[in-house]
Amino acid sequence: VFCPQQEERRVRANDREYNEKFQYASNCIMTSKYNIVTFLPVNLFEQFQEVANTYFLFLLILQLIPQISSLSWFTTIVPLALVLSITAVKDATDDYFRHKSDNQVNNRQSQVLIRGSLQNEKWMNVRVGDIIKLENNQFVAADLLLLSSSEPHGLCYIETAELDGESNMKVRQSVSVTSALGDPNNLALFDGEVVCEPPNNKLDRFCGTLYWRDKKYTLTNQNMLLRGCVLRNTEACYGLVIFAGPDTKLMQNSGRTKFKRTSIDRLMNTLVLWIFGFLVCMGVILAVGNAVWEREVGSLFQSYLPWDPPVDNFLFSAFLSFWSYVIILNTVVPISLYVSVEVIRLGHSYFINWDQQMFCSQCNTPAEARTTTLNEELGQVEYIFSDKTGTLTQNIMSFNKCSINGKTYVKMYFQRLDFTPFNPLADPNFCFYDDTLLESVKVGDTHTHKFFRLLSLCHTVMSEEKSEGELFYKAQSPDEGALVTAARNFGFVFRSRTPGTITTTEMGRPVTYTLLAILDFNNIRKRMSVIVRNPEGRICLYCKGADTVLLERLHPCNQELMNITSDHLNEYAADGLRTLALAYRDLSEDEWEAWSESHRCADKAASCREDRLAAAYEQIEQDMMLLGATAIEDKLQEGVPETIAVLSLANIKIWVLTGDKQETAVNIGYSCKMLTDDMTEVFIISGHTVQSVRQELGSVCLSLNGTGGGGKQLQCPPPSPPPPPSNLMDNISGEFALVINGHSLAHALEADMETEFVSTACACKAVICCRVTPLQKAQVVELIKKHKKAVTLAIGDGANDVSMIKSAHIGVGISGQEGIQAVLASDYSFSQFRFLQRLLLVHGRWSYLRMCRFLCYFFYKNFAFTMVHFWFGFFCGFSAQTVYDQYFITLYNIVYTSLPVLAMGIFDQDVPDQRSLEYPKLYEPGQLNLLFNKREFFICIAQGIYTSVVLFFVPCAVLSNATQSTGVPLADYQTFAVTTATTLVIVVSVQIALDTGFWTVINHVFVWGSLGLYFTIMFALHSQTLFKIFPNQFHFVGSAQSTLLQPVVWLTIALATAICIVPVLAFRFLKVDLKPQLSDTVRKHTR
Amino acid sequence: MMASSYNAKDEDGHITVSGPGGGTLRSKKPENTAFKQQRLPAWQPILTAGTVLPAFFIIGLLFIPIGIGLFVTSNNIKEFEVDYTGVDMSSPCFNCSQNFSWNSTKPCTCTIPFYLDQPYESNVYVYYGLSNFYQNHRRYVKSRDDSQLNGDVNSLMSPSKECEPYAFHENKPIAPCGAIANSMFNDTLELFYNDPNGTRIPIPLNTTGIAWWTDKHVKFGNPGGNNPNLTAAFQGTTKPVNWRRPVYELDADPGNNGFINEDFIVWMRTAALPTFRKLYRIINKKSSMVPTLPRGNYTLEVVYNYPVRSFEGRKRVILSTISWMGGKNPFLGIAYITVGSVCFFLGVVLLIIHHKCGNRNNSADISN
Repeated sequence: VFCPQQEERRVRANDREYNEKFQYASNCIMTSKYNIVTFLPVNLFEQFQEVANTYFLFLLILQLIPQISSLSWFTTIVPLALVLSITAVKDATDDYFRHKSDNQVNNRQSQVLIRGSLQNEKWMNVRVGDIIKLENNQFVAADLLLLSSSEPHGLCYIETAELDGESNMKVRQSVSVTSALGDPNNLALFDGEVVCEPPNNKLDRFCGTLYWRDKKYTLTNQNMLLRGCVLRNTEACYGLVIFAGPDTKLMQNSGRTKFKRTSIDRLMNTLVLWIFGFLVCMGVILAVGNAVWEREVGSLFQSYLPWDPPVDNFLFSAFLSFWSYVIILNTVVPISLYVSVEVIRLGHSYFINWDQQMFCSQCNTPAEARTTTLNEELGQVEYIFSDKTGTLTQNIMSFNKCSINGKTYVKMYFQRLDFTPFNPLADPNFCFYDDTLLESVKVGDTHTHKFFRLLSLCHTVMSEEKSEGELFYKAQSPDEGALVTAARNFGFVFRSRTPGTITTTEMGRPVTYTLLAILDFNNIRKRMSVIVRNPEGRICLYCKGADTVLLERLHPCNQELMNITSDHLNEYAADGLRTLALAYRDLSEDEWEAWSESHRCADKAASCREDRLAAAYEQIEQDMMLLGATAIEDKLQEGVPETIAVLSLANIKIWVLTGDKQETAVNIGYSCKMLTDDMTEVFIISGHTVQSVRQELGSVCLSLNGTGGGGKQLQCPPPSPPPPPSNLMDNISGEFALVINGHSLAHALEADMETEFVSTACACKAVICCRVTPLQKAQVVELIKKHKKAVTLAIGDGANDVSMIKSAHIGVGISGQEGIQAVLASDYSFSQFRFLQRLLLVHGRWSYLRMCRFLCYFFYKNFAFTMVHFWFGFFCGFSAQTVYDQYFITLYNIVYTSLPVLAMGIFDQDVPDQRSLEYPKLYEPGQLNLLFNKREFFICIAQGIYTSVVLFFVPCAVLSNATQSTGVPLADYQTFAVTTATTLVIVVSVQIALDTGFWTVINHVFVWGSLGLYFTIMFALHSQTLFKIFPNQFHFVGSAQSTLLQPVVWLTIALATAICIVPVLAFRFLKVDLKPQLSDTVRKHTR
Repeated sequence: MMASSYNAKDEDGHITVSGPGGGTLRSKKPENTAFKQQRLPAWQPILTAGTVLPAFFIIGLLFIPIGIGLFVTSNNIKEFEVDYTGVDMSSPCFNCSQNFSWNSTKPCTCTIPFYLDQPYESNVYVYYGLSNFYQNHRRYVKSRDDSQLNGDVNSLMSPSKECEPYAFHENKPIAPCGAIANSMFNDTLELFYNDPNGTRIPIPLNTTGIAWWTDKHVKFGNPGGNNPNLTAAFQGTTKPVNWRRPVYELDADPGNNGFINEDFIVWMRTAALPTFRKLYRIINKKSSMVPTLPRGNYTLEVVYNYPVRSFEGRKRVILSTISWMGGKNPFLGIAYITVGSVCFFLGVVLLIIHHKCGNRNNSADISN
């Protein structure tokens, strides 16, 4: 790692004056955004960054201009204030809890060494450069450099669950010179200076140097205690604060994740833009109308109605009329749209969180919708990218088979071996069936002993012995735990470790090895080694790792054994087991000395340390002697084959992306029914070069073609492929599967081959990519996102799946054995793969259905409401006179029609949940985007406009000549307004009643309640009481009563309702009767 | 060695991020309620032939008789309409319409003879109608001050800005202010029955009962409440520019004068459409024996004050009887009959479609 010299951090211990020069952040954290004073301005500023809010603010300003104002200012400000205050209340609550937790964290006590004595200080008062004392089970207050510890060798143990989710303990060690500074008196005199990298968010890297008494000491992550960790198994330790508060790695990591948007969101934004365009068109038409009218009629009419002062010609009047109409017609995009969508999504998220059938009682984990904005996209998924280990499988490893020196030990008898008589330290839960292995251990076979010795030494497991013989292993990966447990049962018991030693009990005899070096595991090396010196003084390197890398590094004399072992490895892999090869190398004292020197060199290197270390490791891991191989079984999770079967019936393509070897992956593919024997062919691509991969892809393409029915041939030009259209690919008959290796995938993902790869892979029913790196996982997802306009979902459980989870449209984290990093990066999380079918087929489908129905109705009702003004424009001289009372306009969207459609959007169901699992085909409309698309949108708009025509012209035709039964004409403006408004509310209520497919109590209450509310509020607003208080605000006094008592009015309402609803009813009936969707049929039979 | 000091107690309140390590033992199982599990009992209506087709027939069977009833009722209503704008040279009001302007002081009278071919039995309502008059124009509609019209003294002396430019005249507040009031219809219409023996009998026209009850009693009120001296109450105000008389001289009857003059109230209730009619007078039925307006010749005498030719407007007079559903309204009846027939017809068509090619087969249809 390169440490930039120009940006570095200098910290001197116990010297606050010196450190203050740099103005480092204090340890006070502030995750809250506002305080009481700044809340209102900052929050409002943030909210007005939303385009919609700004638009409504603009409208509000327009309304304040008297010549333009066609509506009272409150028609916009009431909904706007409502929306803003709902959001503000939510933000304020969130921030209040952040304040609370900040306060609580900032006020935690810690012991700080000040002027030679330990004093209790609040966390927020801890400064960079302070030395603080930590006790067992305390949280680390800041990022500390470990100085000394109560344990020997300056060791201490930490749990990092809060930081990275891994629940195993990790060991940290202080630099040897400081570990001697045991007590506070010595520490108070410590004046070392640390120079290190600036704050960053890399949890596993630290690079710095300690200067003390004219000497340099390299500091690594091994010396650091990061904020958020908990001290375990250590009485106390002292640390020097390097990063505090917002500079700590924990806080640096708490950045916001990328905001994902659903395809419905994007469609909605497009449609809103179109509607704005439509609005402008309407405005222009009406403004032109106004110009013509003012010129032809209005100018003559001036003796009754002169122009308002600034207006002196018809063009200016038309210009003003344009803005007036923009104000009136703005309700086609009501402000409540976005809020309602959020509310509905929130409701759906709660239903996911509350679902008992996605609750895992073993791990006490309910499903969790961590993102509340993606729910309806769950109903549109076409591709699932799944990790294997821990996702399809349980990630509970059991040592199943092994091959030692060319002899394989497999399951032969059904009797479980009993280890207790042989070994009192054995783990009673361990199962193994081949007793010949136990015999071989008992007779003292050297290879067998070496084999298990390796397993007991070469690992990074921590042990915990609560009482004599009661051992607990804490392993970073379950594989390691399984191997060490196997060694334990076969008599090579790992007891404890210190940084310099490993203590084991070998065949009942305690042995302590000196640990000379650990050559770490990582994803590139795919192996780990230890170098130990046994009590006799012999030095030995033990190595275990993936067979591909390990077999290349063997001594040439192993050729024969290697062949046999390779065969065994392939057998194991074919059984779906995870394999590792084991090897050792005896080292002479000279070899060790020489290597140790080069290793130290590499370790101290300031730049490219990692690479140089890797090179040093490479140097010693050569000429090894093969010992054998292990096979670990990872059982499939419950219900995986069934889930995969259901999901593929729902036309979802499942790709498995795994780091396992090809054979293992294929085998798991068979056991979870992704691959079946009925398949026409399973293609395997494992070429190492660009040419061979291209060739293999070409031949796959040819054989896909060969069986392709219907005469439609797929183009397969190997050299330069114009991408074959995907619809041709859909015509391929027969089922195919594709297995591709990591190194081939690297070539296939290159720009010139990716289209060919995508079209071939997408023609196959199942795709398995094995030996892939985390980066490749993300690349595959990005590739599909790029080439197919399909919704992708990635599901995984480990840190290696995070990139894939983040790049897919929807990321699902399995909270399992491997920490919570995947969960933290995910949008949805639960603990069993099989819950995926419920998440997609039930919750996703419902969410999509509800959202689509909601949007259709929402646009419909607003067009029906608003377009009436457009028609009225032709009769009122294009003067932007509204049809309705201004209070009705204010309340229509937020009171009269909001709740029924919300209830539909939250509670509607077309078929019950178990039906959608029984008939996975019900999922298809979502994938094909059938329920809400541009076509559906135009149908809704057309229906809305039709309704508005009826709403305007029917009352117009009836009332123009009608009179009350007292002879007073009904054609006055107020009667007309009340009649139209009432008809509108009734028509949209009948329409929502038709749209609602699932009438719960809540729907009834909301629909009937809204109607009741409309009449109640209208009578209240038209009452004499209100008029007497504000005679200038309530012009409609008495209108409701005088209008609604007229039989003609009710006849008009009934007539208009019938004309609006009858065609819809006939159309819907014909659709269900002649071309029923599967959901209609299922619904019919559910009754 | 290190194991001895290990104990798993977490310090209180130290769990800020929930992770697998920080969990409590309390079960997180979601509650099993019908609401949370989305199992609320619900009615799930389906559009089947069994529900939709009867609905169509019922609508049809309901609407057609109602339509017929409405149509018959409407046809029984007698209505007579005459246009007296005076556009034609031959029209009796041609002269008046030609040389008339707002500020003319000399009244112009024209006489229009007409003949009713059937007797009007019950109460007869006299309307005046205007065409191409935009009472629903936004600037017109808002040009009034309801506070002032309600009798508020402050608003009387300082009318609302909405009334501009008819709020003040010669520095005096206008009462009633605004464009609506200013353009009040001021033709006078009188009806005479021409007796077969040649005498002109004036028909008594009732000036009250033509406004909404709430308008007359709630919305409009004179300043000073019941003060009979309206001249004093309106002291300091001036009449609208186009008016000939101040508002307190509209009628001799103090109960129908000032802001609560019913002709004024009727005018102030703006029309929804540019062609409208307003109730002018009521001819009450005298006895059950004699028709209110017998068959015969009549004369309409118009004091022609209201200019409409400048904006190509029309003025007309309508005489009408009414029924339970109001005046003559053939559209409603025809619309009902049409919609009812269409529904019935649709029902039949849908029934045929449903029988011929409808999807009535059962579970065989559900397949994966």
